[in-house]
Amino acid sequence: MNDMRILERDVHTKATKIKGDKVQVYYGENHAIKDVDIEIEDNTVTAFIGPSGCGKSTFLRCLNRMNDTIDGCRVKGEITLDDENIYDNKVDPVQLRAKVGMVFQKPNPFPKSIYDNVAYGPRIHGLAQNKSELDDIVEKSLRRGAIWEEVKDRLDAPGTGLSGGQQQRLCIARAVATEPEVLLMDEPCSALDPIATAQVEELIDELRANYSVVIVTHSMQQAARVSQKTAFFHLGHLVEFNETGEIFTNPRDPRTESYITGRIG
Amino acid sequence: MNEPHITSVFDRDLEAVQAHLMKMGGLVEAAILDAAKSLETRDEELAAQVRRNDRQIDELEARVNEEAARVIALRAPTAIDLRTVLTVMKISSNLERVGDYAKNMAKRTGVLVQMTPIEDSASDIRRMAKSVELMLKDALDSYIHRDDALAHDVRQRDREVDQMYNALFRQFLTYMMEDPRNITGCMHLLFIAKNIERMGDHVTSISEQVIYLVTGEMPDDARPKEDKTPYMAEPKG
Repeated sequence: MNDMRILERDVHTKATKIKGDKVQVYYGENHAIKDVDIEIEDNTVTAFIGPSGCGKSTFLRCLNRMNDTIDGCRVKGEITLDDENIYDNKVDPVQLRAKVGMVFQKPNPFPKSIYDNVAYGPRIHGLAQNKSELDDIVEKSLRRGAIWEEVKDRLDAPGTGLSGGQQQRLCIARAVATEPEVLLMDEPCSALDPIATAQVEELIDELRANYSVVIVTHSMQQAARVSQKTAFFHLGHLVEFNETGEIFTNPRDPRTESYITGRIG
Repeated sequence: MNEPHITSVFDRDLEAVQAHLMKMGGLVEAAILDAAKSLETRDEELAAQVRRNDRQIDELEARVNEEAARVIALRAPTAIDLRTVLTVMKISSNLERVGDYAKNMAKRTGVLVQMTPIEDSASDIRRMAKSVELMLKDALDSYIHRDDALAHDVRQRDREVDQMYNALFRQFLTYMMEDPRNITGCMHLLFIAKNIERMGDHVTSISEQVIYLVTGEMPDDARPKEDKTPYMAEPKG
């Protein structure tokens, strides 16, 4: 009978990709992340939800050291990617970000052609030996971004000329071009209409086969739709982290219940 | 409404919950047939098996409800998708009740096989069970094919089951009046017939759910009812 069980529930069997151990983040005096322990699994979509200012975006940005660029931001505790401490002095943040790609809220293609948008990362990381290899990477990435069919005849057109939903999928293609292992997404659909949102969500589900995906979203329904695991953050604490179906049908913590049912914000 | 959703997991979830429902339907059909067969062939082992298998039906109902709740919580279904989930939940509870009636038949069969058979009443009951099983099969087919015309047809056929029940009611009343030693057996047989008549009502309710699923509206005409037993007195002569 188990063969007919909804597949999404089978989420406790994946290997750990990222592990946070007593993570603290301070912006100057402000203690933004308090004692977060978390294990993010491979080949899984993990959603971070919580009210504004709860720390979910801050924590997401710790995972590829985007917070390094913010003055006065300190990160304590340990975050490991495949058991390697990403805050170790030996780790080059640029290399780390090639492994941990990021997609932002607003589609932000470079003011270049569609081709060059995707080729940019592989070029600076020296992933292609020659033009034909680069062509292959660009095509493969655009296919993974589920946008190849729409743009294959106009690769020289500017990326900024695409529709919002297409631009976002282009940005996802750009993020996967450097063969990352983890994809971080910060509100990737908040600037998109419902159909473009559904297309990006379908894409996220496909990406799960190859990546560990972490998505921050304000839309609880989106978290419910796309993720297999959901983490609820509140006032800098990780309140609850569980299988998404459990979070949305039977949350353990009263704060989670109040938030997802629209009783606290 | 056969185009897939843009997010394919939605389709997978809906299919999974409906697959559970269809599996449940298959088990319930088998339970009806086996219960009636065990009565006619006086097969105590088969009756025992029907009683044991009911647990599987109950477990599937719990599973269907759990998965349906998940789909509602995670996918926020609307329109046809919402009607699908609501319908699945109602049909599963109808199926579970039908399964319980089959189990109750099998329990009574356990008693009846110890007694002298009463004329050919067991084969009459098996015929009645067979027609309810056919109704159920068609109701489930109408669900799978979203065929509201077939569902309407099933709904009309409940009348025939009611008529068979009326006939059996009279028959058992006569046997009991003829010889008081028949009373125990006839009482059990009468309850079995009543169980099957109730199964028909649940199947009718399933076909009404299919009509709601397809059209968005419950049938508003009063359903034809032929169960006359509430008004039956002693037969004359």
